[in-house]
Amino acid sequence: MTFESFSFYLFSTILVGSALSVIFSRNPVHAALSLVLAFFTAAAIWLMLEAEFLAISLILVYVGAVMVLFLFVVMMLDININRMREGYWNYLLPAIVVSGIFLAELIVLISGRMVFEKPLEISAQITNEGNTLQLGRLLYTEYLYAFELAAVILLVAIVAAIALTLRRRKDMKVVSSSDQSSANRASRLKIVSMPVENGREREES
Amino acid sequence: MNFQLSDLYAISAEIFLLCGVSVILLLDLFLSETRRNVTYFLSLFVLVVTSVISLLVFDFEPRVVMNGLVVSGPLSATLKSILCGLIAIGLIYSKDYLQCRGLHRGEYYSLTLFAALGMMVMASSNHFLSLYLGLELLSLSLYAMVALRRDSGRSSEAAIKYFVLGAIASGMLLYGMSMIYGATGNLNIEAIVSSINSGNSDLNLLRLGLVFIIVGVGFKLGAVPFHMWIPDVYQGSPTSVTLLIGTAPKIAAFAFIIRLLAESLGHPSLHQEWSQMLTVLAVASLLIGNVVAIAQTNFKRMLAYSTIAHMGFLLLGFLTGSMNGYSASLFYILTYVFMALAGFGVILLLSKDGFEAEELSDLGGLSRSNPWSAFLLMIVMFSMAGIPPTVGFWSKLFIIQSVIEFESVWLAVVAVMTSLIGAFYYLRVVKIMYFDSNESSTTRIRYRAGLVVFSINGLMLLGMGLFPGWLLLLCQSLIQDSVRVF
Repeated sequence: MTFESFSFYLFSTILVGSALSVIFSRNPVHAALSLVLAFFTAAAIWLMLEAEFLAISLILVYVGAVMVLFLFVVMMLDININRMREGYWNYLLPAIVVSGIFLAELIVLISGRMVFEKPLEISAQITNEGNTLQLGRLLYTEYLYAFELAAVILLVAIVAAIALTLRRRKDMKVVSSSDQSSANRASRLKIVSMPVENGREREES
Repeated sequence: MNFQLSDLYAISAEIFLLCGVSVILLLDLFLSETRRNVTYFLSLFVLVVTSVISLLVFDFEPRVVMNGLVVSGPLSATLKSILCGLIAIGLIYSKDYLQCRGLHRGEYYSLTLFAALGMMVMASSNHFLSLYLGLELLSLSLYAMVALRRDSGRSSEAAIKYFVLGAIASGMLLYGMSMIYGATGNLNIEAIVSSINSGNSDLNLLRLGLVFIIVGVGFKLGAVPFHMWIPDVYQGSPTSVTLLIGTAPKIAAFAFIIRLLAESLGHPSLHQEWSQMLTVLAVASLLIGNVVAIAQTNFKRMLAYSTIAHMGFLLLGFLTGSMNGYSASLFYILTYVFMALAGFGVILLLSKDGFEAEELSDLGGLSRSNPWSAFLLMIVMFSMAGIPPTVGFWSKLFIIQSVIEFESVWLAVVAVMTSLIGAFYYLRVVKIMYFDSNESSTTRIRYRAGLVVFSINGLMLLGMGLFPGWLLLLCQSLIQDSVRVF
């Protein structure tokens, strides 16, 4: 057994094991942590396939950002595990149907190549230069327009998220300290000249 | 990779708009609440200049730039220019309404401009990637704008419906595009066409992809049976946003289906397929749209169902797959957006602080309180119904003509019969304005600029109806020069 196949089997075993533990663990925090492990090992397998860009972005984006956020939410929420597990077996039939379809698809894809007849081949250029360079070159030259548009879409998402969620509460009691220290007499005190009240008028009204 | 400076010249309108909206976004942060008008006038200025630039960089022959992602030609330039003009007019209509409702904010204007950018990208794209990115840019801005009135439960409901169904539609569209990519190995429209022509691509896979694309397009256009979101979104959004959704994106959607169906999948064997699918969508939209509109008491909801019916008409012209059909559809959509602009515009003008003039009964007695506006609204309604001196008559006539040329007379009969049904609810609006009295609700319209725009808009419908020739010629030459068919 070469080192390559040894590490492949090692990572695959960890991947399958951690994926199973995502499903079977009773504690949602444990499940989320197992998912992080699964992502890590999947990234390692990608790295072995010389797809280093995918591996790095999987770790940076999913492990670094998405899963941390996920864990945060899971820890903040007060989840009643017993209630969540009620009716667990009711989903058995739909689960069997869906997984049966997945299985059939996998068999078709792997066995026959019936859908796509052209075999996928990796060009020599990619293996020589590394796919990060290749992807970067394509993104910043040929697909520059699409890249910029995607950036604009992200900008819209930021603007929209802030516009929809930023609320200034009207009943807030916070006072700005610069306003406080720059206050002078005129802004605090207003002298109003009132006519002297006549005692007889009050009696009449 | 071959990049030339003239590529940037061809997309200079988009570049200007993007720079403009970035400046507005930043500048707005430093403006006090009382000087929000600066944002409004700057947005108008940017839109008008973008519209002019689009026409200035006119290419008489379709020219593919930016590595095949953009096509610059007569059709894209004209559509871009009209889009920006329409959005600018829509902003003028809605200013007073926005001010009354606390929506006169910088984000409203910047999101509008972002939506405009998305539509421009859609109108001038030559690649499935840029088509999709433009569509998402447009949709994301619109979702946010529908939800912008956060305290209204109805707006939030509309926004969630719009978002979920829009996301499903985008998913369908992407699924279809990925199948076409699988069959042809390309996302570039010209490369797809040459791959289909050479006979190397799997026609069955293309047909399967086509089904998903039609479903996605049907969702976005709001054709029956994918129309469920339209009435709720039109009714639930702030009326100014309804006006935006109901007008300019329809033109972008026209460009979208021209690029997707006519240009990339226009091969005779595929045209036969999508023509049948569109027939079902068109007939169902005409029937359901017109019949259900009769039962509505809310003016915005009625206009929503009328939109569905109009989209049916648009698809009728489109499904013929002929140059005449496409130009009739272009004529139809260009005239329809101006009718919709006036129809939603009058709701904006009649609304007051705390009062949405969106029920049909709110129009009662309009002929006495605002005789001129009532007259203009009558023209708009006549035009939507397709009654002769107005332009709506011609647009329906050209569509029916192209359908008869396509040798499916039964479709023409369906179109005429459903238009007859539709005439009922349009004329009912006129009846309510002139013969019902409900003096309490409507008062004189005070917003001058809106009234001027409304007058021009209404008279334009009449004018185009009296002289429809130039617009038809324009549409025909645009389609002839720009659409690359098989």
